[in-house]
Amino acid sequence: MSWFSQSWLSPAEWEVLILSLKVSGVAIVAALPASFAIAWMLARWRFPGKVLVDALVHLPLVLPPVVTGWLLLIAFSPNTPLGGFLERTFGLTFLFRWTGAALAAAVMALPLMVRAIRLSLEAVDQRLESAARTLGAGPWRTFATVTLPLSANGILAALVLGLARSVGEFGATITFASNIPGETQTLPLAIYSALQMPGSDIQVARLAGLSVLLSVGALVLSEWLARRSGQEKGRHVV
Amino acid sequence: MSSDAPAFEIAVTLNRGRLRLTYDFTAGPGLTALFGPSGAGKTSLLDAVAGLARPAEGRIAVSGKVLYDRTARIDLKPERRRCGYVFQDLRLFPHRTVRDNLRYGWKLAQAERRSLGWDHTLDLLGIAPLLDRMPATLSGGEAQRVAIGRALLSGPTFLLMDEPLASVDAARRGEILGLIERIRSELKLPILYVSHDRAEVERLADRIIPIPTP
Repeated sequence: MSWFSQSWLSPAEWEVLILSLKVSGVAIVAALPASFAIAWMLARWRFPGKVLVDALVHLPLVLPPVVTGWLLLIAFSPNTPLGGFLERTFGLTFLFRWTGAALAAAVMALPLMVRAIRLSLEAVDQRLESAARTLGAGPWRTFATVTLPLSANGILAALVLGLARSVGEFGATITFASNIPGETQTLPLAIYSALQMPGSDIQVARLAGLSVLLSVGALVLSEWLARRSGQEKGRHVV
Repeated sequence: MSSDAPAFEIAVTLNRGRLRLTYDFTAGPGLTALFGPSGAGKTSLLDAVAGLARPAEGRIAVSGKVLYDRTARIDLKPERRRCGYVFQDLRLFPHRTVRDNLRYGWKLAQAERRSLGWDHTLDLLGIAPLLDRMPATLSGGEAQRVAIGRALLSGPTFLLMDEPLASVDAARRGEILGLIERIRSELKLPILYVSHDRAEVERLADRIIPIPTP
């Protein structure tokens, strides 16, 4: 890929950028169904221990990320029951792998995503769902035609918040997946490593600038998506 | 299901908060009005007939078809009861045009169950000019007519109407009243109608079931 070397980013910088996008992308795509299920449970169900589930989901938001990383280490290392099971059954390993960085990012993004989706689900008027039922729609059709479209903005917000959180994830990732160039070294970790080396001010500044560009890009994208869905809804007005 | 069965056979007890409300009546065809003060639990009864609320005990049958029977363990889901429910708060889908609101139940009703044609219903209610509007842009009377249209187009075998004049301003009440009279006489669907207005009930109803304050 010769154009890499001619472009304004060095091959190492490209590697960091692409790895960051891969890790965060996989993290939020994996966290979305889980977030939705948990948000649904918290918004719609009443069950004993709900407060506990709520607290548990929010834990990564309030714990020092290092502690979250350490807890992941304890839960998912191959010599624990869960880690061993995942490795034997699905060939999934997390330690020192990019999948570990994605898992750490997903866990850190989860509370924000659950909150955004939960709020939007709670804002959906359940009387509209019962109206759909009397018109002949079963629970799934009601969900797809009423609940989902009316909570779409919350799901979009969850994706943007989750992406922002996972692109910036540092503490849990470095604790759980370590800082391996090309495997788990995402943008924040690369900046941290560059800071450790004397005389790499330019390198740090370039990576930091890249990070700013990425964040601004995500913001612009989310704004554009929100506007587009707003126009879609307003299209038939008047 | 037999053709000579009464339109509504209702004998249920509903738990509404700490109150226990008991209803026990049988009604023939035409419009049956449940008449009583606000807060007497009339809407709770409509919800139970529609399958949106589960009675504590009892039995509900419409035109001989059992919708709910505690002892026989029958409890049809709302989507299988084929009721056209016109809610007091209308509940039009805010993210869909009037056309898509009307098509929602129309598409789900099997063709042979569409007792009324699409064009005929739109004509009857005068809502054809509103098809491309969003519900939020409709006046009270327009929204009420769309809500009635949505219920009629879903292929119902009976209608539940909860204070259909509540969201209509005084000038438009006569128009909606006239519409309900036409629906009653033209469509031959049994109607369970809730109101707290004596004059309205006396004009429309074939029979009146008084609902006392609990």
